[in-house]
Amino acid sequence: MSDILEILLTANFWAAALRIATPLIFGVLGALLCERAGVLNLGIEGIFTAGAMAGWMAVWLGAGLWGGVLVAALAGAAFGLVHAILTVPLGLSQHVSGIGVTLFATSLSYYTYRTALPDVSSPPRIEAFQPADIPYLSDLPFLGPALFQQTPLTFLALAFVVVVAFVLYRTPLGLAIRAVGDNPSAIEAQGLSVTLLRMGTVVAGSALMALGGAFLTMSAFDAFFFNMVNGRGWICIALTVFASWRPGKALIGALLFGAFDAFQVRLQTEVGGVVPGQVFLMMPYLLSIAALVVVARKADYPRAMLKPYFRGQR
Amino acid sequence: MTTGPGEQPVVLALSGITKRFGALMANEGVDLELRRGEIVALLGENGAGKTTLMNILFGHYVADEGTVSVAGADGRLQPMEPGSPGAALRSGIGMVHQHFTLAENLTAFENIVLGTVPLIRPGLAGRNARARLAELMRRSGLEVDLDIRVSRLSVGEQQRVEILKALYRDARVLVLDEPTAVLTPQESDTLFATLKSLAAQGIAIVFISHKLAEVLAASDRVAVLRLGRKVADLPTAECDRQKLAELMVGHAVTPSRREPKAPGAALLTLDGVTAGEGRDSIRDVGFTLHEGEILGIAGVSGNGQATLARLLSGLLPAERGNLFLRDKPVHAHDAGDMIRSGIARIPEDRHRDGVVGAMTVAENLVIEEIRGRRYQRFGFLDFAAIAARAREAIAAYDIRCPGGGAVARLLSGGNIQKIVLARTLDAGPVVVLAAQPSRGLDIGATGDVHRRLLAARARGAGVILISEDLDELFALSDRIAVIHRGHLSAPRPSEELDRASVGLMMAGHHTESEAA
Ligand SMILES: Nc1ncnc2c1ncn2[C@@H]1O[C@H](COP(=O)(O)OP(=O)(O)O)[C@@H](O)[C@H]1O
Ligand SMILES: [Mg+2]
Repeated sequence: MSDILEILLTANFWAAALRIATPLIFGVLGALLCERAGVLNLGIEGIFTAGAMAGWMAVWLGAGLWGGVLVAALAGAAFGLVHAILTVPLGLSQHVSGIGVTLFATSLSYYTYRTALPDVSSPPRIEAFQPADIPYLSDLPFLGPALFQQTPLTFLALAFVVVVAFVLYRTPLGLAIRAVGDNPSAIEAQGLSVTLLRMGTVVAGSALMALGGAFLTMSAFDAFFFNMVNGRGWICIALTVFASWRPGKALIGALLFGAFDAFQVRLQTEVGGVVPGQVFLMMPYLLSIAALVVVARKADYPRAMLKPYFRGQR
Repeated sequence: MTTGPGEQPVVLALSGITKRFGALMANEGVDLELRRGEIVALLGENGAGKTTLMNILFGHYVADEGTVSVAGADGRLQPMEPGSPGAALRSGIGMVHQHFTLAENLTAFENIVLGTVPLIRPGLAGRNARARLAELMRRSGLEVDLDIRVSRLSVGEQQRVEILKALYRDARVLVLDEPTAVLTPQESDTLFATLKSLAAQGIAIVFISHKLAEVLAASDRVAVLRLGRKVADLPTAECDRQKLAELMVGHAVTPSRREPKAPGAALLTLDGVTAGEGRDSIRDVGFTLHEGEILGIAGVSGNGQATLARLLSGLLPAERGNLFLRDKPVHAHDAGDMIRSGIARIPEDRHRDGVVGAMTVAENLVIEEIRGRRYQRFGFLDFAAIAARAREAIAAYDIRCPGGGAVARLLSGGNIQKIVLARTLDAGPVVVLAAQPSRGLDIGATGDVHRRLLAARARGAGVILISEDLDELFALSDRIAVIHRGHLSAPRPSEELDRASVGLMMAGHHTESEAA
């Protein structure tokens, strides 16, 4: 018992939790934007992979780190556009299109990587983002190492929580996004375009998702591996429900997941001899399922989610 | 100097509007002019093309032929860009759709200001939005709490939000599609008072309706649509009920009359029955229904009618009291048993309880008899027999649909009701339970329902007619009882009652014991 408390009280543990949460924050924000507009984006897993690959490769080819981030976002936006075209004006099944985008984006990323680097045995490394050293803040006891010695992309993720919340709740655009996911005819009756609004939101949300992938290859690690996204996209889809489509709760959900994950790694070293390691790996996922069981029953899905809208159709 | 509406300037003109959906002519060469400050009723049966015409005006549909012109700032008529709700809004046209176009997860305020300022900017609305809305609410009398979610507003309040939405954009023309379909009679009166005051402020108003009484009471002019064509356009002062009904239906309408007939033996008896919970429960209800009799149960919705209907359908047990069918006590509450004992049910919410929306017309027609021999062969469904039954019912009941294979959900309310009638009445029921059977139906469909109920009576069935419509109750019922707060008055022959006293009893003003 005291072991557990000891783990929770180290700054190092909280720093790890925030680090693990970062890609999830990007992913959940992106997913909740799309869903608020009425479009489920199951392309997320592939868009993560595409962002991870494209950002890393841009830097490897000589772009700056921030250039790489931009390239990742553009790659995400491009796959988001594919999903948006298929689901909004064409009105195809959002599930099928999303899974298709995931398969397509993942394979294309692997293919590009293999074509560019046909015969390397160990993945080439780049000079990744380094933890920031902010005067005063980083030197604070406990809080400094826990919060302020992160890489810039973590701060960017936190900033996006504020930006997305501001856009959704404090601007006419956010009003329109929330309305189009609830009742698209409200948007049309006010003279706005359902199609443009939905497509734009899906493209922007997908760009955010791709930043989650970019964090993996440009901050958490410094290279691209196959299967490195490893289900993080799917976790974001679940966390979106957990967050009831709110940016603030999305942050809390991502942090909880990060904390569970950081916790199991540490617990493993404590009692790893007795319990098989896979049990620990399972823990964050089991806990997210448990959390969802509690929350999702009351979940208030955007009413028009999954429903295509065609003008002038009854 | 004041001028009559006839001398007011024209603010909107539709000319030669034609719209086809495939082979169907929804509108055919329709002309309509609208003057400042007048209230025009657009009258027509369901499917006459009223909604289509107004959707063209508002830019939801593009007309195949014809133009829409609106008066500009200088008062001259200019053609409006077709197919653009944005253009219609900018020209000062506001529309309250039959199915409200509100985002229910937003507040009333957010719904009203949505799309009125550029999307990319901080702040939800212009600086004076609140003040302007407060002023609008004061002037129009449309009060509503602006800061709660629309999902928590009543239907009447949501409609007020819709009207405010139009007024906030300075609408000079206001279109309302069947605005009273969802309102209580009191709410309708308030709405028409509001519309009158808006018209007095110079707004031109079009409201769509198929109810003659409100058209006569609330409009200055009536335009009648029939099968997509405008068949009349005349001042309301020159109209009466009979004339409008004939214009709308296209032939003389004779109200259904009941032939005098002595009632037969007792069929169904309720004795001191208490059931249900809360506001809609029934308390100590007793009556006897006889063969060949229509017993009207008058009352404002929500006074126990739903519970009574569920009880008689076998969906709810009686807490106290007894139920007899031809002197035999009925104990079990089992819907299947009730159907087999010959109780036919015409449910109040025909879309939800009358049909399975996702199933076909044919399937819905045979669904209550599916366990019988008639539609089976070797234990499997006999599709040939089912299709034959569908063809027969579609012809006999004039169900307008592409065929027995059409999905029921897509049919209009009147045609769904005809499916219910064919299914229940053709089985030769002993007792017919008809809950609000003509609610929301147009004159033609209402007439069909009434004729069928009278035919069941003539055949010797007993009919329980639950209704809010006094015309219907007095035209059909042999006896009438009034239900109020779960208590049912003793049924009295309808000849001995008058409309005013039944209306008062429905409102709970005095019960029979006090009146006696
Ligand atoms: N979007 C559409 N697609 C196909 N048919 C339609 C459509 N809208 C209306 N209709 C048909 O056009 C006719 C007129 O419909 P509508 O204008 O809604 O009638 P009303 O409002 O007078 O009841 C009906 O037969 C209806 O089935
Ligand atoms: Mg209509």
